[in-house]
Amino acid sequence: MTTSRPAPVPAAAQPPAAVPAQAAPPLLQSDIDREVAERQAAYEKARAAGAPVAHHPPRDYLPYRSSALRHPRQPPAAVSGDPDTAELHGPVFGATDVTELDADLTRQHQGEPLGERITVTGRVLDRDGRPVRGQLVEVWQANASGRYAHQRDQHPAPLDPNFTGVGRCLTDDDGTYTFTTVKPGAYPWRNHLNAWRPAHIHFSFFGTAFTQRLVTQMYFPGDPLFRYDPILSSVTDTSARERLVAAYDHGLSSPEWSLGYRWDVVLDGPSATWIEEGR
Amino acid sequence: MTATPPLPPTPSQTVGPFYGYALPFAGGGDVAPAGHPDTITVHGRVFDGAGAPVPDALLEFWQAGPDGSLAGAPGSLRRDPVTGAVVGRDGVEFTGFARVPTDADGHYALRTLPPGGDAPYLSVCVFARGLMHHLFTRAYLREDAGDALLAGLEPGRRATLIAAAEPGRHRTYRFDIRLQGDEETVFLEYV
Repeated sequence: MTTSRPAPVPAAAQPPAAVPAQAAPPLLQSDIDREVAERQAAYEKARAAGAPVAHHPPRDYLPYRSSALRHPRQPPAAVSGDPDTAELHGPVFGATDVTELDADLTRQHQGEPLGERITVTGRVLDRDGRPVRGQLVEVWQANASGRYAHQRDQHPAPLDPNFTGVGRCLTDDDGTYTFTTVKPGAYPWRNHLNAWRPAHIHFSFFGTAFTQRLVTQMYFPGDPLFRYDPILSSVTDTSARERLVAAYDHGLSSPEWSLGYRWDVVLDGPSATWIEEGR
Repeated sequence: MTATPPLPPTPSQTVGPFYGYALPFAGGGDVAPAGHPDTITVHGRVFDGAGAPVPDALLEFWQAGPDGSLAGAPGSLRRDPVTGAVVGRDGVEFTGFARVPTDADGHYALRTLPPGGDAPYLSVCVFARGLMHHLFTRAYLREDAGDALLAGLEPGRRATLIAAAEPGRHRTYRFDIRLQGDEETVFLEYV
């Protein structure tokens, strides 16, 4: 939103002189905070008036500026299924698609990565609580310093020659996935001035139907950056947002080795039982 | 009958800008066995609401096999157990799954076999930085008058779902995706 700019920025916060005098003032955290609060209040008002729970973020969420030109304005077309609907089925993966080392991000190089070693585990379920078995789970993340092994991430934090930050595994018969990695660092980005992402691990999941596809981010409990982050805040429903935060689980911590986090995942979307259940 | 209420789902979050060293894999768009005579190429560009190419979108495709089967097969990311590197599909099983990132011009391409059976389309899932929640669409390889989805769209909108054969190019189909704007692609929700 560009209609309600805040008061001019103090000189000390102005960008260097190379920026033309007419340039728009930098977007501040306070601008983003206000926009986030407006969207949150609008959602809560709609809920009070009987609107359904929004489990997913809206695609037109301007506090995350990159969404502005990348979301459709037309409503989606409804597809009602019959058993031949391709999306009620989905890609499958198997033993050839992963190697054992893939689930341990700390063992992919000659040496040990720097950082706090952690185990992240959880179950992948459908909305009926059934485990999603033998399906592919993929992760990627920044290193302990908050730097991605991606050439477009050039912010001044060190790369770690012993850490790439990519993993994958298949869920077991109980729907459980497990990764060993290091806790990623927070990192800066350019959504607005002084924007920092809370530490997170990116996850990708497949269900039994393509409709259940999910790409999301897992956060760590108690991160002070949550309230400043428009990406996490895009999930305007408070309890839905909390489902993106893993739980520290001392029982999963391993003596003199690693700290344990638990994060269960529920895949949305119709599955192959869609028709028989009359959804 | 008392039904347990469905579990609340885990919310989506954007794929972000840095998935490029994690999700794309070598040969991700080579679904057809190498040299298969029925191979088709489906390609196009992804555009944003200002008409600019989207250089950091990730597209996934899922489809029926040439025999119409929707069972799929493992092996899209088949790995070399010695080095861990992706070595490509085995050239025998049709996995039905492709994953291709767009290039700096917003262009992508995949080589596959035409889907058989009653679903003459590729299901497409779009991920991108700035997109909070993926988008589904379909690339139809033939305009099927009996298709309920196509039949329910007005002609201009329907055209956005048709992968058109390109004159002068062998077995090549063009499918552009416009995330926003006048010629916005029809995106889908499953109800």
